[in-house]
Amino acid sequence: MLNFILKRLVQSAIVMLVVALLSFFLFNFVGDPISNMVGQESTTKDMEELRDQLGLNDPFIVQFGRFVVNAVQGDFGISYRLQRPVEDVVAERMPATLELVFVSAIIAILLGVAGGLFTGLKKKHWFSKVILTGSLVGVSLPTFVIGILLIYVFAVKFQILPSFGRGEVVTLDSGWTTGLLTLSGWKAIILPSITLALYQTTLILRIIRSEMLEVMRADFIKFARARGLRQRDINFGHALKNTLIPVITVAGLQIGSLIAFSIITETVFQWPGMGSLFIQAVQFADVPVMSAYLVMVAFFFVMINLIVDLLYFVVDPRLRVEVRG
Amino acid sequence: MLKLTRKLAVAGFVLGAAAAPFAAPVQAENVLRYTSVSDASTLDPHALNALVTLMIDIQMYDALVMRDPGMVKIPGLAVSWENLDPNTWEFKLREGVTFHNGNPFNADDVIFSIKRAQADTSQMQGYVNTITEIRKIDDYTVQFVTDKPNPILLDQLVNIFMMDAEWAKEHGVEAPQNFKDSQETYAVRHTNGTGAFKLESREPDVKTVLVRNENWWGNEEYKHNIDKVVWTPITNDATRVAALLSGEVDLVTDPPIQDLNRILGSSNLKVEQTAQMRTIFFGFDVKADELRHSSVKGKNPFKDVKVRQAFYHAIDVEAIKRAIMRGMSVPAGMIIEPPINGYKAEWDENRLPFDPEKAKALLAEAGYPEGFSVQLDCPNNRYQNDEAICQAAVSMLAKIGVEVRLNAQPKTQFFPLITGKTTDFFLLGWGVPTMDSGFAFDYLVHSEASWNAAHYGTPELDAKIEAIRGIVDVEERNRIIEEIWTQVQADIPYLPLHHQMIFWAMSKNLNIPIEPNDMPRFYWASFSN
Amino acid sequence: MQTAKLSKWWAGFYDHDVTWSFLHSPLTMLASLVTLLLVGAAFGAPYLTSYTPFEPGSLSLMDAFLPPAWEAGGSAAHFLGTDGQGRDVLAAIMYGTQISLIVGLFSVLLSVAIGIPLGIIAGYATGSWIDTLIMRVADIQLTIPPILIALMIDGVVRTSMSNELHEEMAIPVLIFSIGIASWPQYARITRSGAMVERRKDYIAAAKLIQTPAWLILLRHIFPNVVGPTLIVATIGVAVAIIIEATLSFLGVGVPPTNPSLGTLIRIGNNFLFSGEWWITFFPAFTLVILVLSVNLIGDWLRDTFNPKLR
Repeated sequence: MLNFILKRLVQSAIVMLVVALLSFFLFNFVGDPISNMVGQESTTKDMEELRDQLGLNDPFIVQFGRFVVNAVQGDFGISYRLQRPVEDVVAERMPATLELVFVSAIIAILLGVAGGLFTGLKKKHWFSKVILTGSLVGVSLPTFVIGILLIYVFAVKFQILPSFGRGEVVTLDSGWTTGLLTLSGWKAIILPSITLALYQTTLILRIIRSEMLEVMRADFIKFARARGLRQRDINFGHALKNTLIPVITVAGLQIGSLIAFSIITETVFQWPGMGSLFIQAVQFADVPVMSAYLVMVAFFFVMINLIVDLLYFVVDPRLRVEVRG
Repeated sequence: MLKLTRKLAVAGFVLGAAAAPFAAPVQAENVLRYTSVSDASTLDPHALNALVTLMIDIQMYDALVMRDPGMVKIPGLAVSWENLDPNTWEFKLREGVTFHNGNPFNADDVIFSIKRAQADTSQMQGYVNTITEIRKIDDYTVQFVTDKPNPILLDQLVNIFMMDAEWAKEHGVEAPQNFKDSQETYAVRHTNGTGAFKLESREPDVKTVLVRNENWWGNEEYKHNIDKVVWTPITNDATRVAALLSGEVDLVTDPPIQDLNRILGSSNLKVEQTAQMRTIFFGFDVKADELRHSSVKGKNPFKDVKVRQAFYHAIDVEAIKRAIMRGMSVPAGMIIEPPINGYKAEWDENRLPFDPEKAKALLAEAGYPEGFSVQLDCPNNRYQNDEAICQAAVSMLAKIGVEVRLNAQPKTQFFPLITGKTTDFFLLGWGVPTMDSGFAFDYLVHSEASWNAAHYGTPELDAKIEAIRGIVDVEERNRIIEEIWTQVQADIPYLPLHHQMIFWAMSKNLNIPIEPNDMPRFYWASFSN
Repeated sequence: MQTAKLSKWWAGFYDHDVTWSFLHSPLTMLASLVTLLLVGAAFGAPYLTSYTPFEPGSLSLMDAFLPPAWEAGGSAAHFLGTDGQGRDVLAAIMYGTQISLIVGLFSVLLSVAIGIPLGIIAGYATGSWIDTLIMRVADIQLTIPPILIALMIDGVVRTSMSNELHEEMAIPVLIFSIGIASWPQYARITRSGAMVERRKDYIAAAKLIQTPAWLILLRHIFPNVVGPTLIVATIGVAVAIIIEATLSFLGVGVPPTNPSLGTLIRIGNNFLFSGEWWITFFPAFTLVILVLSVNLIGDWLRDTFNPKLR
């Protein structure tokens, strides 16, 4: 057990290093931040001086070394665009993204589980077919198309929901900002969270459905039937319980995907989270912010994965045996 | 990582624990909700010479000299000025003015602010580098001494905002942000000016809230009824228009021009327009011995003025105006625009006509009857429909046999090609904040000029450009300016396309004078209720 | 032995159950028809339309913003209208679909080409260090969504080559980054197939007569595991097309000089509020129909051939 956890931790550390190297390597070549930092009226000499100041003329390996040493201490340098410490900017943007991801995850899990159960249990029901076909349409619509469509219908045509932003935001004592304590905040999160949740909903729905179909064929269900248990008890007592384990793990991984896909949703809805911060940083060649974002996201993924691995370990006795052997 | 995760952990716990009451929004009487494509990177008035920073700062900071909406210079924090001798200017300062924190404004603040703008880390040096000495005569009188006669000093001072010396010292911001430091300076997100609005809150990229300064010296003179300004930048074009159409914002200063008709179709909205101080043009590298990306080897076709004329004749600027600019541009025959000193309407009127046959003939004369290939470098997020203009030019030039490879990219990647002067053929836009041709010469025409990617220039022209920097006699100066332009018009290092126009889309009950420099000033706005 | 297996699989393919299932699934038939039509239109574009929307010399701004033929002001010459450069929208969609299909198909081919061999090797050598290495790398990569990986690889590649080169290389680069981003799932499926297969008697027999390992992998294991993987790959094509469209929408995909459906949607999106809805609507509609049809076919294939993988 300890061995297993240790192994996983070492692996996670390696992943983080690789991602750090990648993100640093990647963004060291994107555009030239200097021309954005100075106005149209600056001279070439000014720009050269600024480049020196920022250490952009140092050899690659020196720049990377500096980056890793600082990153480990939580210091990602100063954003070229915002002229503020990157870790402050990221910390400020994180609540918006996490709230969006949180609400989307709930929507995806609720709808996905309900739809998956229904289609899994009532395989032949006409509504199951509607849901399944509908879910296919859901995976076939690119996120950005859904977002634009929703804005057009609900914000422009009917004018019942806002088209951008987080609405009224409350700052808690800790500095965490939340839109979930105001009415306008809730209104603002509806469209983006639906947009973001749609794809994951269909994924979860399909996984639950196939797990259900699988489980319903399993021997213990047949025995339960043979024992004369009520169908409802079988469905929810035996079958659902047995499908939940893979679903929980998959849902965990999907939260990671939600963070990545929020880049697109946040761009369309001007949601002030890390995703839109990242895209703006890409356009501005704001290297410190881009690197920090990727390292942060990788960190989330690695953490989620670690937790999921441990969950597997806890819930699936077979794995324990294999690891020992 | 440590620092960040700790912050997160704390934040996460508190989210669960604290139950803050539902916030009741305090509704100010007249709230102007404003959006534009991008936010200012800093509020420090001397750190960055960028339009967005100047736009937000001008609401909160005042300069010695201001412009009215028609761009005429009017008294700001200086009530009067006088040219004592060619190199000395005396300014009488406005009395009884206080900064937002209550500190009085006086000559010491002027001296401090000019010095700050001259600091190494300032990007406003270009506006104040002729000032060699500032003398304090008394608390409300200062004299500026320049190294040589500077005819445009007042125009330059419009952009230099006055900061409180005590406040700056108190918060350690005596000099603008140094990018080398890993901490932000206080002035990046805090302001203390004498201006019409005070900063209430600021979340960069998200929301900036300004409130009316009841103690502003201009409240009597420039009456406005804006109590609060809420500025939320929206990057995505479609979302920005959607926000206006759905009534979530009152003012958009950069609506995509193709959406203007849709906006006008809404009964609650209107669009104001004016000519912008920016002209769009193509440029040619007229000096290189061989182009970097071309089928022509060993020589540079753009060295031949006939080729430049051929390109000029090949571009159908009216079609660009109609289809791409939706009629919302003014075809140009020179690269500066009407309000700028040195502009002449006849040059705009006499632009070379669209004539593909003549273009082909000129190419043949120049020795390229079969045309040639060349790369066009073009920004895709800088000017109105920049990429579409370039695409249209590609197909127009294809019709005279010139095969153009379009290299359209974000301004981040594009501008280094211009400032590095490593482009053969490019699209550029230029504005003149000082309202004088000298600015355009200094940046685009002088052979040493930093943005002269055309590598244009002759020793004679350089001499003239240097000469006008110190000539105070207006007529003499204007005569030389005209000489320079005449030469440029004949040589065609730049192929003028059109003067851009500015459109501000707003709700019908908002009145705000539109300004050619594209900076809304909220103290000239009012809601009619 | 192995030919018997192979023919059994093919027999399964033509089995009357499958035909019956196909003929009794009108949705699948419709999807197949639509897919065939779109593929035909995409690759037959040079013969089906006289417009060459991506040859600048053939465009005229005079034709810009013509609405579809049935709208007022529309012209029969441009059935779905024209865009802001005077480009025929229908022709642009045909050529754009071609690019989308090429990127989708080839990136999945690349994933499969990486995933199947690695999966077979890992499955055959279950428990060995090779297996551990391959599956750990796959696990690690699976934790990061393909779109982010593609975004990163795309960024690295295009920033390390010149502008001129990266425009020419945009499509191969996209194929490469999407392909690399999604190999692990194929490796996983193949591995589990190979693990089952290697325990079978005929493999033991082959080992006994000292058939070299590579030959066993190639002749015996590969034909038996490729089927299920290819079925999953069908849906992979749909996913790849969406990823390509999303990257192009974010402006990092294929350049506007040679646009895919995603690029067309991005460009047309600028005209959504100005009334020229057809510039973005038809490409978006085509994209959705294409992806939906491929998904429907993939779903049906999976349900029919491989109920376990559902």
